[in-house]
Amino acid sequence: MPPLPESARATQSVTPSLCPNCADPLDADDRYCGSCGLDVTAPPPAAAAPSAPEPSGGADADGQGPATDAFVLAPPKPARAPATDDGGTLALGVVLPGARPADPREEPQVPDGPVCVACGLGGVDDDGYCEHCGHAQPRQRDHQEQELEGVAAVSDRGLRHHRNEDAFAVATASLPDGTPAVAAVVCDGVSTAYRPDDASAAASAAGRASLLAALERGTPAEDAMRAALMSAFEAVTALAAEEEPPGGVPHHNAPACTCVSAVVTGPVFTVGWIGDSRAYWIPDDRTLPAARLTEDDSWAARMVAAGLMSEAEAYADERAHAITGWLGADAVEVDPHVAAFQPEGPGVIVVCTDGLWNYAESPAEMAEAIPVDARSRPLHSARTLLGVALDGGGHDNVTVAVLPFPATVSRAGFPPA
Amino acid sequence: MAILSKSNVPQFSVDVYQNEYLPEGGREVNAIVTVTSTGGGTTGGHPLPGAATGGRSAPDAGVVIMVDCSGSMEYPPTKMRNARDATAVAIDAIRDGVAFAVIAGTHVAREVYPANGALAVAGPETRAQAKQALRRLTAGGGTAIGTWLRLADKLLSSGDAAIRHGILLTDGRNEHEKPEELRSALDICAGRFTCDARGVGTDWEVKELTGIASALLGSVDIVADPAGLAADFQAMMEKAMGKEVADVSLRLWTPQGSEIAFVKQVAPVVEDLTGRRTEAGPRAGDYPTGSWGDESRDYHVCVRVPNAGVGQEMLAARLSLVLPQPDGTPQVLAQGLVRALWTDDMAASTRINPQVAHYTGQAELAQVIQQGLEARKSGDMDGATAKLGRAVQLASASGNEDTAKLLAKVVDVVDAASGTVRLKARVADADEMTLETRSTKTVRVKK
Repeated sequence: MPPLPESARATQSVTPSLCPNCADPLDADDRYCGSCGLDVTAPPPAAAAPSAPEPSGGADADGQGPATDAFVLAPPKPARAPATDDGGTLALGVVLPGARPADPREEPQVPDGPVCVACGLGGVDDDGYCEHCGHAQPRQRDHQEQELEGVAAVSDRGLRHHRNEDAFAVATASLPDGTPAVAAVVCDGVSTAYRPDDASAAASAAGRASLLAALERGTPAEDAMRAALMSAFEAVTALAAEEEPPGGVPHHNAPACTCVSAVVTGPVFTVGWIGDSRAYWIPDDRTLPAARLTEDDSWAARMVAAGLMSEAEAYADERAHAITGWLGADAVEVDPHVAAFQPEGPGVIVVCTDGLWNYAESPAEMAEAIPVDARSRPLHSARTLLGVALDGGGHDNVTVAVLPFPATVSRAGFPPA
Repeated sequence: MAILSKSNVPQFSVDVYQNEYLPEGGREVNAIVTVTSTGGGTTGGHPLPGAATGGRSAPDAGVVIMVDCSGSMEYPPTKMRNARDATAVAIDAIRDGVAFAVIAGTHVAREVYPANGALAVAGPETRAQAKQALRRLTAGGGTAIGTWLRLADKLLSSGDAAIRHGILLTDGRNEHEKPEELRSALDICAGRFTCDARGVGTDWEVKELTGIASALLGSVDIVADPAGLAADFQAMMEKAMGKEVADVSLRLWTPQGSEIAFVKQVAPVVEDLTGRRTEAGPRAGDYPTGSWGDESRDYHVCVRVPNAGVGQEMLAARLSLVLPQPDGTPQVLAQGLVRALWTDDMAASTRINPQVAHYTGQAELAQVIQQGLEARKSGDMDGATAKLGRAVQLASASGNEDTAKLLAKVVDVVDAASGTVRLKARVADADEMTLETRSTKTVRVKK
């Protein structure tokens, strides 16, 4: 048998002290879990991710590092939270069938390219699947991070969805008077629609571009925000007109997504949204109340607003997340909501999709979840919030952007507009 | 003979229809794979002079016609005459340059033309000589189809034709050799040439002929009235002349830990290929599909993959159409992917792909017809009524009108939608045999 690639060997040598399947304690010489029968000599799936950010611990995160876009080696899906003993974050629920030592007679070739993150044995074919166990390899969008001066954002596939249909865009600009402006756009593709991932990507990119251009022209932030939402809407609508690729699956729902943006301009910040993605205000002084800044375009929110149900009742209903407003060719009405705020003290704005706020719904919970030093370490905070969502079950894609207020942009280091 | 060059190979395309979403714990992935070959300079089966086909040389093909000359062919005498006429028409349909031979089949196989242990090259002169030789065909003797096939194989392998095809006509049962002898002949010939089989009259055994056509990847049909032979032979030969590429295999790669539940051709006829696998490298196997002209066929592939958690995605199978090259390396003509995605979205995982549903129904249709006719023969009238009733229901729901018409000759349909039928008291042998022979014919999904 040819030598295994480095990562595979590393993962095979150690028997975990807890069963990765059922978390039952194991003895050092156990070959099978006494509780569930799992073959624990098999490499723990995808523990071979060298640079996976630790969503739960995350203490190593460099708070102010450079932008880490194009996160080439995204963290592998199945073992998002490796079996650390710190916070009961044993999320290793997935046993990968391919994750067993291969029959030595059967592996003639050593892959010279990338090696499968699921089984550690096969190479990766041109379509992005393992040549041995067939598992899809992490894609760039599965986990993305970006940090600019004054804003950071993280987007993740979560634990239960097969792809990331969320998207974000962050940007900095300067107003005509030289005031720096920092913006974040977060979009959540509607899963039941066709090409939701393309919809969110198009919307976030178009929203960002429109917002920046308008601000640099000196358009008031609220108008710029409204225009940006409309640009995002048009970008998503345009997708519906595109011809579907030959042989593609016929689709019934036009591409659609939600959108929420926040932009900090001097002493105020402005929030705009369509759909059920949200923005929260978390003041530095945690004795002050945190606040939710957006009102969902959702069934639950409408029921509550109409006084027909209590908030608890409405969100317990299975229709709670049915959205009543979205970007897309089939949107019934496009009503961009925009609000401006002028907080008294410093804090952070959290802009996120429901993949996060499902696990920290109330402003108080969100304030609880975010680190106290969020304003000085936005990327670390965004990662921490992602960890909260993944620990909670990661049932949806998770995207969160954190914007310190007032904008932590040094004018000196600011790139000329 | 011209080497089959790439430019002559038709363009193959593969389309995969499936619901890739599996529920938690789901392991079975079903997909319908449509393989279409177009171009390659076919002329729609019409014999054309070389110039009209863009200067392309004659098809690199060899054809052997096997004509039953057993004693029963003389009753009625029109049968032998019609067989001779039909063979003559088929000879006329052979394109210039194609190698051919005619065999007279009884309890032994005898070369009729060119009778020199090899194949003749079609041209005006050889065609005339062959038709002349047909006049000497007389009926007398028994039936040993295995010997005919062995001789056809010997003649076809004497040339170097890339596309090798046989046409077999019989009117009776294979009575003068043991079933094992026919079986071993088929084992020898499988993969060496393709063969269409035709039964004339109603004294032949449906299972025997369907077995031959199935093993040799050809078509099978009944020609109840000998007068219809000529038209059928012409159509069959023209179809054979339309073939552009032989020995195409459907290659299936599946990941470690998965198993193939079945691989079936489901259109134009149902043909289970699961047992025909030959290994082709790690975790890959080849299933024979025979030769292709301008045509489209559908395959149903069912793979059992290892379970994986919600949110996982894997490749359940990679399908490719491969063509062996003279140097041994297979040429990949087209590819398709069958995927598996585990989701907790019930709406996605419970959706049944219309193509998969349709062909699952068509495969069941073929099965219940065969079971129903079997039950009827063995006197189980209740069982036959139930099975054939289900068949009527399936044929009606899927729009398989040809099969519905054939069924209506065997049962009285009370209500097609519910599958309520009464067995007819008297059924013509020809109708029953036609239904059995054509039971595997399917229709495509209504657009």
